This record gives sequence, C-alpha cells and structure tokens, in this order.
Amino acid sequence: MELGKVWNDVFDRVKTWARVNSPWVLHFNSGSCNGCDIEILATLTPRYDVERFGVKLEGSPRHADVLICTGPVTLQARDRLLRVYEQMPEPKFVIAVGSCAISGGAFQGCYNVVGHVDEVIPVDIYVPGCPPRPEAIIDGVAKLLGKLQTPAAARPVEETVI
Amino acid sequence: MSTDGSLSGKRFIVPIGPQHPALKEPGHFSFTVDGEVVTDASVRLGYAHRGIEKATESRNWTQSLYLLERICGICSHVHALAYCLGVEKLAGVEVPPRAQAIRVLVAELERIHSHFLWLGVAAHEAGFDTLFMYTWRDRETVMDILETLTGNRVNYSANVLGGVKFDVMPEIGDTIRRGLEFLEGRTHHYLEVVTTDQVFLQRTRGVGVMSLEQAETLGVVGPTARASGVIRDIRVEAPYAAYADYPVQPVLAEAGDLEARFIVRIKELFESYRIIRQILDTLPVGELQTRMPRRVKAGETVSRVEAPRGELFYFIKSNGTDNPERVKVRTPTLCNMASVLVTAVGHQLADMPMILAGIDPCFSCNDRTVVVADAGGAAYNWEQIRHYGIAFYQGK
Ligand code: SF4
Repeated sequence: MELGKVWNDVFDRVKTWARVNSPWVLHFNSGSCNGCDIEILATLTPRYDVERFGVKLEGSPRHADVLICTGPVTLQARDRLLRVYEQMPEPKFVIAVGSCAISGGAFQGCYNVVGHVDEVIPVDIYVPGCPPRPEAIIDGVAKLLGKLQTPAAARPVEETVI
Repeated sequence: MSTDGSLSGKRFIVPIGPQHPALKEPGHFSFTVDGEVVTDASVRLGYAHRGIEKATESRNWTQSLYLLERICGICSHVHALAYCLGVEKLAGVEVPPRAQAIRVLVAELERIHSHFLWLGVAAHEAGFDTLFMYTWRDRETVMDILETLTGNRVNYSANVLGGVKFDVMPEIGDTIRRGLEFLEGRTHHYLEVVTTDQVFLQRTRGVGVMSLEQAETLGVVGPTARASGVIRDIRVEAPYAAYADYPVQPVLAEAGDLEARFIVRIKELFESYRIIRQILDTLPVGELQTRMPRRVKAGETVSRVEAPRGELFYFIKSNGTDNPERVKVRTPTLCNMASVLVTAVGHQLADMPMILAGIDPCFSCNDRTVVVADAGGAAYNWEQIRHYGIAFYQGK
C-alpha cells in the first residue's frame, strides 16, 4: 500500500517534469481575423523561438497538452471548439490569445458570434492585445509553465462527454 | 459529384478540417480519392464567418473602419484602404497627395510582409521547413519597419477617413531603405532557391497547372491569375490612391503551375521595393488629413484595390446618416477558391496542401455572407436568415 503511494508520487512528479519541459500546443482558430494566428506562428520562428522552452506545435488534439485559442467563437466553430477540447487528454490547459478570445473584442454583437472563449471552455491564461505581441504570447506560455509546476494546478479530471 | 472509375468500385472521401495540421485556419475540404489520386473535391467554408458586414450597419462610419480592418489580420491595411477610398468618394472629400502616397507605402510594405508570410507557409506545406524558418526570420525586418512606422505589427490602423494618421519622417525613411536593402538580397536568394532546388521543384513544377483559359473562366485574381498569364492587377488597370503617380509593372508568368506562382510572388517583391524607394524619394509635401463630415451624403459606390492576394472589392451604400446602410465585401480568396477544386482533380492527395497554399488562401477574409434562397426561390431577409442559421446549428 505504502509502496503504491510512493510509486504514484514519483510517477506524478515525472509526469509534471515532462509536461513542464515539453508542452505540446494545439492551435485552434474559432473565427479570428488571422492577426493573432500569424503572431502565434511568429513565436515559433527564429526570432522568438518558443521551441527553446520545449514548446511544440502539434496537429492532433489527442497529443496536445495546451490549447491556444484565438478569435471570438462563431456559431459554426463552437461545436468544433468543444469537440477539440474534449478530445484532448487530461490534464489540459487553455490559453486565450487576443482581445477577441478574451471578450469578443471588435466583434461583440455580431450576429454569428456566440461569445468569447471562456463562455465555451474553461481558460487558464489570458493574453490581451489586438493582436498581442509575440513576446506577450511567450510570457503567457511561460506563466502557464510556472503554473504547471504544481500538480495541484491541474483541474480535477472531469467526466468527459465524448 | 463525379462518378468514379476506381478499380474496386468504392469511393473514399477524405475529410480535411476544420481543424487540421495542414490548415492554419478553419475550412473543411472533402477529397474523393481513388487510391492516392483525387477525383473530386468540395469545400465548405464559413467557420470564421462573424457577420461583420451586418455589424457595420450598427456602427458609425469611423467605428466601421476599425471593424473592417479586422476582417483580416494579414491584409488589414487594404481593407481599411478600400473602405476609406469608397467613403471619401461618397462624401466628395479630396485626400491630400501626401496621405495618398503614405497609403501606398504602407500597402506595399504590407504586400512584402504578406508575400514573405506566404512563402514561408507554402514552403512549410511542401515540407521545406528550413525555408519557412528563414523567410519568417527575414519577415521580421519588415514587421519592424511597420512597427516603427505605425506603432503596431499587425492591424496598423494607418488610415483614417480623409487621410492617414502618421507622417513619414526622414529618419524612418533611412530605416526603411536599410531594411529593404537587406530584404532585396534575401529575395534574390529565395528566387534562386525556388527555381533551382531539385527536391522543391518536384513539389511545384507542373503541379496544379491552370491554363490561361481556365484562369479566365474561373475568374481567378491576383498573383494566382498572373501566374497563368492573365494581366489582372487593379494597381495597373484602375490606379487608386497614389498608384497613378507610382506606376506598377505587373509581373507575369506563363506556366500556371505552382512554381510560376512562387516566381510571380517573389518577383512582385522587387516591384514593391522599387515603389517604396520611389515614394520615399519623391514624397509630396502637404497635409496628412482633410476634414471628414460626420454624415456621408446618400449614394452608393464601388471601390476596388489590389490586396496581396488579388482584387478586393467593396460596395458601400449610404443613406445620409452617420452609419453605413450597406457594406459588401468580396475578397480575393473567394474568387480563387474554385480554382483549387478544379486543379486538385488528378493530383495526389499529398499535393493538396500545396495546391491550396498556392492561392494563398485566407479564410477569415473569405467567410462572407451569400444570399440564401429556399427551395421555392424566395430570398430570406436578414432576420429570417439569422433564425434559420441558429436553428440549423442548434438542431445539429
Ligand atoms: S484580437 Fe485582434 S488580431 Fe486577434 S483575432 Fe481579434 S481582431 Fe484579430
């Protein structure tokens, strides 16, 4: 019994260590203007280079730890955003990049916009700006990594719907 | 839908999107394949449709400017420019020549940033990530210039109704010239890479060919059309802002394949460098803005500009109040999208991301409203279409 607890403890630490050292991010555009997306892409390129923190852009939600959302959520993209979020394994974290993702921004009140990202899925880090500078996005990622250090930061595992 | 001639008699449809590693933006494609070969393609758009055109009607003329600028983050300046030119025409306001020249200057800087961005993304789709990293590193040079000039890297807000917001100081002129010199050297290098690298050529030469006739029938615009030999460039055909004083030499190619599209876009960069230098040398002196009335005279107008991806079209209607009555936008990607579906047929599935990247698609620009008619042929009005849309998605 004791041994099992020690084993779990060690295992948890290894998992946290691995996650902090190499978070894989998935990018989802739920109706943004592209401005935020090109700045996210810019953070991957040589001048900003988030790969030095071990951050890797991943194509599949099943392999991703962090979801980076841009843009207000449109009626069409809402279900897809939910589905992508639900497909990610626990524990999962969400970064909302840009004024639109945070509050709807310039698109508040448009008929096809259902709202901002945290009305649809829970968000851990908000990066404001229209669009935020790549430095700001990196700062957001670094803050999230800081948060990941403590395993308690991870939300309790919820019942998955899908 | 095409009938298939596959050996097994079975049709496979490969869905791609809306979230997919090969697509940076949401769009949905269905490719019907026979083995590895695509026999039919269809597209579903609208994931980024936000309803901007409608929203302009509840904002005043100035507020709409900032909203329309956010149709697309890559070519935000041309959207604002097309709108400003149209509204100024309606209001009968004469914009000072210095402001017009600065608008062209920013538009060309934006073209440089957009073409570099595209070159990187297209190289990435081809699996040539080294080129992607290099082009994006060099692109930071033009981003720095844009930031020094306008204060923001994306969504520069250079335009106001009746002029521009900032002046080009001589010191900034020197910074720009230095940046351009560096970029010009790099552009020569990239032109050499895309025309000589054997591995890369295998992904581009003879792939996604669109003949002159096809290009004309499909109504493609911008560099996609020019790569097939169609001279279609609003800067040349109907010069706007200060393009009449700074004439553009359109860049053409004949082949119509992906390689030609690379060459056209890269050569256009040289043209942009030349125009920017010319503007910096001969910037007219004078005011930056003229007064704009709060209400715009009733009437309607059309305004066209050449975005990095092709012709951008604005229809603006005013009823004499502080809000626009109708703003209709047609973006270049919409014109070019059909060409993807046609050229895709007969190619390997693995070529699809490249063919799609070949038109430099921009979905957030693209997802516009269209008139929807029910089976009886009656057109919906806005309120009905809104309810229909909500019911449709909630019913799913
Ligand atoms: S925050 Fe600004 S740049 Fe980002 S998606 Fe919204 S409008 Fe575009």
